[in-house]
Amino acid sequence: MNLFYLLSAICFILGLKRLSHPKTARSGNFLAAIGMLIAIAATLASSNVLDFKLIALGVGIGSVIGLLFATRVQMTEMPQMVAIFNGLGGAASAFVASSEFFKINDLSFIICVSVFIGTLTFSGSFIAFGKLQGLISGKAITFKGQQILNILFFSTIIILVSINNFDFIQANNSFYFVVLLAFLLGVGLTIPIGGADMPVVISLLNSYSGIAAAATGFLIDNQALIISGSLVGASGLILTNIMCKGMNRSLANVIFGAVGAETSSGSSDGKEMNIKSYSTTEAAMILDAAEKIIIVPGYGLAVAQAQHVAREVAESLESMGKTVLYAIHPVAGRMPGHMNVLLAEANVSYDVLKDLDEINPEFEDCDVALILGANDVVNPAARHDQSSPIYGMPILNVDKSRTVIINKRSMNPGFAGVQNELFGYDNSIMVFGDAKEMLNDLLKEVKEL
Amino acid sequence: MDVNLITIFILAIFVGNEIINKVPPTLHTPLMSGSNAISGIAIVGALLAISTNGEISTYLGLAALVCATINVVGGFLVTDRMLKMFKKK
Repeated sequence: MNLFYLLSAICFILGLKRLSHPKTARSGNFLAAIGMLIAIAATLASSNVLDFKLIALGVGIGSVIGLLFATRVQMTEMPQMVAIFNGLGGAASAFVASSEFFKINDLSFIICVSVFIGTLTFSGSFIAFGKLQGLISGKAITFKGQQILNILFFSTIIILVSINNFDFIQANNSFYFVVLLAFLLGVGLTIPIGGADMPVVISLLNSYSGIAAAATGFLIDNQALIISGSLVGASGLILTNIMCKGMNRSLANVIFGAVGAETSSGSSDGKEMNIKSYSTTEAAMILDAAEKIIIVPGYGLAVAQAQHVAREVAESLESMGKTVLYAIHPVAGRMPGHMNVLLAEANVSYDVLKDLDEINPEFEDCDVALILGANDVVNPAARHDQSSPIYGMPILNVDKSRTVIINKRSMNPGFAGVQNELFGYDNSIMVFGDAKEMLNDLLKEVKEL
Repeated sequence: MDVNLITIFILAIFVGNEIINKVPPTLHTPLMSGSNAISGIAIVGALLAISTNGEISTYLGLAALVCATINVVGGFLVTDRMLKMFKKK
């Protein structure tokens, strides 16, 4: 039986390996699914006391829900769905560990760890989901003594686990207490985190869901859970790290910093900006004269569902012999790689989607940078203004291109609550209006050229 | 805790670190939903838990099975749906 688990682990590893290129990625996902099938089949075949009626019921319900999720979810809602799935992964591990507890009726250390991580992942993920879905305020919710309360929760759990070894309290009560405290801790750790930091939180919870599975693997002595759990745990941690770097924040700062609680007032330093507002006709003429154009999409583009018409504009420009590339900042969407999926959905070829390191040198000889709904990630203040809250954040150097065309609905500051000095630069021009309408007009103008 | 299991755990983290660092940013969302599906491996634990004696344990096992199945089925399908869209012209 262990051999079958080994086989499924190999499938997972090779499957993830094939995710290193869009060409092979789909077959990699398929291979990982085969690995899961092998693990399930091996488990079903190994035990002779299985209750197949209940199993059919559970698998039936789960499959229908999973199928509905997978086919109905909009690509813009992908972060919410991943948040739910993280939560369910944590819950599944916590349930398995709880089941084991009621079977042996002894609260071992590893049961505690497993239930703790699983429950925390569950409650944290559903708070993250609520924030992304707009059910809970996306702003950081903070109150005095919040960190102290979290520390209190955490230390109580640790004390409980150690007391239990001395048998002071009944195992049952301790168990419920661990569940309750882990639940509250999950809520307490997620609720003070602002909407802009959600990509970090989702990645971190992704990692937790893997670690929860691995902990459960230790509990029930199962290698399949340990290997797969640690793969997912590692993956989540790597993504967390990438997201943190993308915002120039440490993980501790994201979790405890509560950025976005109130819009910081220090940003408007009273400097007058010379804003040049242009029409789409004028913008089209500038694009006509350009050779190389880089489109910088932000989340606003996806919210307006304007990525399709953006692609049409890009195609018209390409048909006129111009080069069009897309610059994707690591935190452009609401989760790692989100913007790439949204553009892929709009039929943008993946080889023109360039990440930060690839695209930044390209701005030097770029004629027009077209900013669509991006703001903080193109703010040059991040490079030089030490007083700016986004100072040090890696940005797309759009200001190096000959002309920067910025489309914005209004002059409202971005997520970080910072006014963007780029808008006042000599080579910047603004085209105000809804992204979709503006791009539709622009498409007409470009086609008439 | 068994030393063998800890060994497997540590080595698997190293393997995960190596292969996942090679996944390009373009595919990070499918990577996350795909790893959601893989963390549904708890389904193995659920299948075993459902078959234990004791009513509470069985029902907790059932709950685990439903959650894990949603992860596995939903995770792999939605990842495939996304990866299908990645095309090169």
